[in-house]
Amino acid sequence: MGLTIIQKILKAHTDDKTLRDFVHAKVDFCFGNDITAPLAVKAFNNAGFDKVAYPDRIGFICDHFLPARDKTAANNVKLLRDFSQKYKIKHFYDINNCGIEHVFNIEAGLVQPGKLVIGADSHTCTYGGIGSASFGVGSTDLAVAMHTGKCWFKVPQTIKFVYKGKMPKWLSGKDLMLATIGKIGVDGALYQAMEFSGPVIRKLSMDDRLAMTNMAIEAGGKAGVIEPDELTYKYLKVVQGSKFKFNKSMEKLYSDKDASYSEIIEIDVTGMSLQVACPHLPSNVKPVESLKKIKIRQSVIGSCTNGRITDLRVAAKILKNRKVKKGVRTIIFPGSYAIYRQAEKEGLLKIFAESGCIVSSPTCGPCLGGHSGILDKGESAIATTNRNFIGRMGSPESFVYLSSPAVAAASALTGNITHPEELK
Amino acid sequence: MIIKGHAHRFGNDINTDDIIAATYLDSQDPKFLGSKCMENIDKDFINRVKPGDIIVAGKNFGCGSSREHAPVSIKGCGISLVIAESFARIFFRNAINIGLPIIELKDAFKIKEKDLLEVDLSRGIIEDVSTNDKFSTQIFPEFLQEIITYGGLVSWVKGQGVTK
Repeated sequence: MGLTIIQKILKAHTDDKTLRDFVHAKVDFCFGNDITAPLAVKAFNNAGFDKVAYPDRIGFICDHFLPARDKTAANNVKLLRDFSQKYKIKHFYDINNCGIEHVFNIEAGLVQPGKLVIGADSHTCTYGGIGSASFGVGSTDLAVAMHTGKCWFKVPQTIKFVYKGKMPKWLSGKDLMLATIGKIGVDGALYQAMEFSGPVIRKLSMDDRLAMTNMAIEAGGKAGVIEPDELTYKYLKVVQGSKFKFNKSMEKLYSDKDASYSEIIEIDVTGMSLQVACPHLPSNVKPVESLKKIKIRQSVIGSCTNGRITDLRVAAKILKNRKVKKGVRTIIFPGSYAIYRQAEKEGLLKIFAESGCIVSSPTCGPCLGGHSGILDKGESAIATTNRNFIGRMGSPESFVYLSSPAVAAASALTGNITHPEELK
Repeated sequence: MIIKGHAHRFGNDINTDDIIAATYLDSQDPKFLGSKCMENIDKDFINRVKPGDIIVAGKNFGCGSSREHAPVSIKGCGISLVIAESFARIFFRNAINIGLPIIELKDAFKIKEKDLLEVDLSRGIIEDVSTNDKFSTQIFPEFLQEIITYGGLVSWVKGQGVTK
């Protein structure tokens, strides 16, 4: 019996000849952020560990509560800086030299196709979009992986999704993923990997692919993965520069023809509406046309899901020479400083400023109700982020609608949830 | 190990933002995190919960973020065990890793709020003392049992002598 791409990568990281149900595998890169890594450091110290196995395979990417929203947030960053100095951890990144971890880690070449990656952040599943086996874990997992270089895994089964048909105008990877989560539910892929395939995926941009794998966790998935192809390697050459080196072993990064899947689900995208996930679950998905009456007080464009350059280009295309509706707070969060600078170079930041948006520094900020865009009781937001749970962006009595950058930008202009084609 | 406590009922898809809101994640203190447990969905929960009590929930408990603060918060407010129809995977591994007992029970929906439960963890037997119902559940695979027996991942790693 053949193996799926995820099983292949896991197997390559163990000493076992055959793949068992549970493996204790070598990890190529492990990381945490300014909220999960301090807890890992605490677990590390409490355990009495006094060495890290591989200082160059550990990363601390500070992105959640930055720029430090208060003294505690500042102290957590300091704690990570001090720990990094003590254990010679090279990949410590404070705010102005990184960005949101799942955007930055790819740009910095810290994750690569075929690598086994764990991160103390649930959206670590993003890197499956470039062909890594990447899994979100907890802080104790990170502490132990820092010390031993290893992590335990249950080898997952895989659901294969095959996307076919003709992509309608404005439809994005985000819409495909929201439709998928709507179809299978928030636990539809529980404990399993989600493999996205088919002719539609092959034509999809890398930024769109990453938006899909990013949200695998929202269907309960252990990983989201797309077999790498020419486009993947071309993309990595551009964003990683000399840090990306193609090697022969990457040619084996595909699921075998006789690999076993728990299920194969076909999705026809022809005529698919733009998708919006309504409060309070990412699976509560409705076509954008049915939500015209929903008024919004805030529009958030960015995050580890949709803060990449093509996302900002789409938003800028819609916002150009138009003004944001009075009273709608429109906040753009580029995913990283590289993207921020690229957006500046392309004139996108100017478009945003002229249309009445504000451009924030790259941070997780409002996505998790941390800072820089918190909702009050009774307020609604349209957001290109990934979760709309109760209280996710602030008050437990606020409402978050998840959409693509195109819908979030169009809605910022009208103050209601809006399809971009409806704009005059 | 026998656990005895009253049930606190929760529904399906209880996510980690429900368990502990993100704004509190800059703390690593179990007592503080415990005092904010379930704040977004049930403000009164921490006033009702007594040491040793048990959370009983539906499907996909702990979905959402990877924050280990969630099981830490549950432990911190005095909960001794979480029974759910199913668990989201990162919450599942976090609970095992930090030594918060969890049980997967398809019939969890039969247990009602305030029922007194007596649970034999090693045999996977749950007795609802209030209704005289008895449930048995599959115990975890050997690999996980081992980590559970050690009381969590750190002790397991130390016990195994796993270094490189």
